[in-house]
Amino acid sequence: MFLNWLGTLPGAAAQGIIWGIMAIGVYITYKILDIADLTVDGSICTGGATFTMLLLAGLPIPLCLLIAFLAGTLCGLITGIFHTFLGIPAILAGILTQLILWSVNLKIMGRSNVAIPGRNFDLWVSALLPSWQSLLVLIAIIAVLIAILYWFFGTEFGTSLRATGNNLNMSRAQGINTDWTKIFGLAFSNGVVGLAGALLFQYQGGSDVKKGQGAIVIGLAAIIIGDAIVSKISQNFAVRLLGVVLGGIIYFFVYQTVIFLGFDSDLLKMLSAIVVAIFLGLPYLKKKYFASKKREGKRNA
Amino acid sequence: MLELHHITKKFNAGTVNEKVALNDVSLRLNDGDFVTVIGGNGAGKSTLMNAIAGVWPLDDGQVIVDGTNITAMPEHKRAKFLGRVFQDPNMGTAADMQIDENLALANRRGKRRGLAWSITAKEREVYKSLLAQLDLGLEDRLTSKVGLLSGGQRQAITLLMASMNKPNLLLLDEHTAALDPKTAAKVLKLTDEIVTQNQLTTLMITHNMKDAITHGNRLIMMHHGRIIFDIAGEEKRKLTVEDLLKKFEECSGAEFASDRALLS
Ligand SMILES: Nc1ncnc2c1ncn2[C@@H]1O[C@H](COP(=O)(O)OP(=O)(O)O)[C@@H](O)[C@H]1O
Ligand SMILES: [Mg+2]
Repeated sequence: MFLNWLGTLPGAAAQGIIWGIMAIGVYITYKILDIADLTVDGSICTGGATFTMLLLAGLPIPLCLLIAFLAGTLCGLITGIFHTFLGIPAILAGILTQLILWSVNLKIMGRSNVAIPGRNFDLWVSALLPSWQSLLVLIAIIAVLIAILYWFFGTEFGTSLRATGNNLNMSRAQGINTDWTKIFGLAFSNGVVGLAGALLFQYQGGSDVKKGQGAIVIGLAAIIIGDAIVSKISQNFAVRLLGVVLGGIIYFFVYQTVIFLGFDSDLLKMLSAIVVAIFLGLPYLKKKYFASKKREGKRNA
Repeated sequence: MLELHHITKKFNAGTVNEKVALNDVSLRLNDGDFVTVIGGNGAGKSTLMNAIAGVWPLDDGQVIVDGTNITAMPEHKRAKFLGRVFQDPNMGTAADMQIDENLALANRRGKRRGLAWSITAKEREVYKSLLAQLDLGLEDRLTSKVGLLSGGQRQAITLLMASMNKPNLLLLDEHTAALDPKTAAKVLKLTDEIVTQNQLTTLMITHNMKDAITHGNRLIMMHHGRIIFDIAGEEKRKLTVEDLLKKFEECSGAEFASDRALLS
């Protein structure tokens, strides 16, 4: 039994890294731009569906991945335009795009799910391959991705995205076109999410229009777990991104273990959401608790 | 040089809450003018600055800076002409970014932001010496997050940022109001130094009449969205708080009593 469980771990690590890549995409909007972007529930599937259909059409894998990334950026672009040009609140803009993408994803695939016959392709990552092989490819992708992000957010333009998320007023006063930085950030973020979708569908051997549901919650969970682990160790941006990936892996380990122990999988989404709600609420409750403590202290003094 | 031609700004136009915050205001600042602005709460002082900064579109009128008509320019585009410091110390800096990163952002105001590295080593040296001039011990804390600094330190940095690359116009909106008296005095002194050193054309709102008299070469008083008093040069230098209060009564009539507390 224990050995069986142990045997699931490398596979879980591979899928965990893929969710970690998606979580890095979420990190760009949620942590850097300070926008809760619900587009990801749709764009992860758009990336995956695009990848699947192009692969089946015979395109080489690198090109399929690139186009999946670009498809993701288009999704973010829609949300960005809704949010900036039309002034729709970010959350609602994301939900609207999500609905649009539901239809788009069905049209891309032609039906609600499409299988990738794994044996017919030289897949980069797959449950059919030895786990170490998938892991190696994913680690390489993570390394490149983190390097690109580390560089980008250190550039003049990248810093202006960080400023936008940090202080909108100050950014405009310093001449930053905050509409453009937000649109760019949303597009970039969903591009990474689309790429994660392509890897996920490749690994799992097919597309399913329902696959994206709850992706944002998994992304937030990975960010929260990652922050809890590395924020005390280092404030370095690359380390924090690595923490997010670690968060994705840990999330998936727990998920896999819970399933392995026979937990009702219908309840898993609920459980994830409650855990994330608690962690998001914790800082608020802490602040409230300390504020009331202070008040009490004053009264007693 | 700043020219405002017949500026009108209404909030909630066409509703019962309609408020004419700026009512046909015209103003002309010459190069190097340091103008202090006073007036009661809700007189339209901040609205005047926001109109110049382009926070929202105007209902009427023109804003011209050094010959360029910026009336239709979005806020981020006209930022290249303007340096701004706000009342709230949190508003002018990015708290989660380092001191040097904040300065570098300001240093690129009005310039293209590309894929070059955000701060060069040479810049850091310049920032160090600029910070040293503030005399707040910040020159050794270049990589500290601005959020860790006190309100006074943040306002001093914002002031430094606003004055970088010599903006055509410096806008200060009660930038010492949130500070304790000692820090406020220090930041105000710093303001004088920076304005003089760079010969900046400046518009400074203050709630303190004495400061309004002792700083700058010209003073304007606002009331109900209009400029009701404008005094410069020798006349201004001889002004006393009592004079100002009397002037306010003269110009605004019966409402003096209710506004007196706010003005002094
Ligand atoms: N964004 C806004 N929306 C509605 N009313 C506003 C807005 N900004 C300012 N006002 C109103 O305009 C008037 C002038 O405000 P303001 O310029 O902030 O005054 P102050 O002279 O105290 O800086 C006030 O009555 C204020 O309530
Ligand atoms: Mg004001």
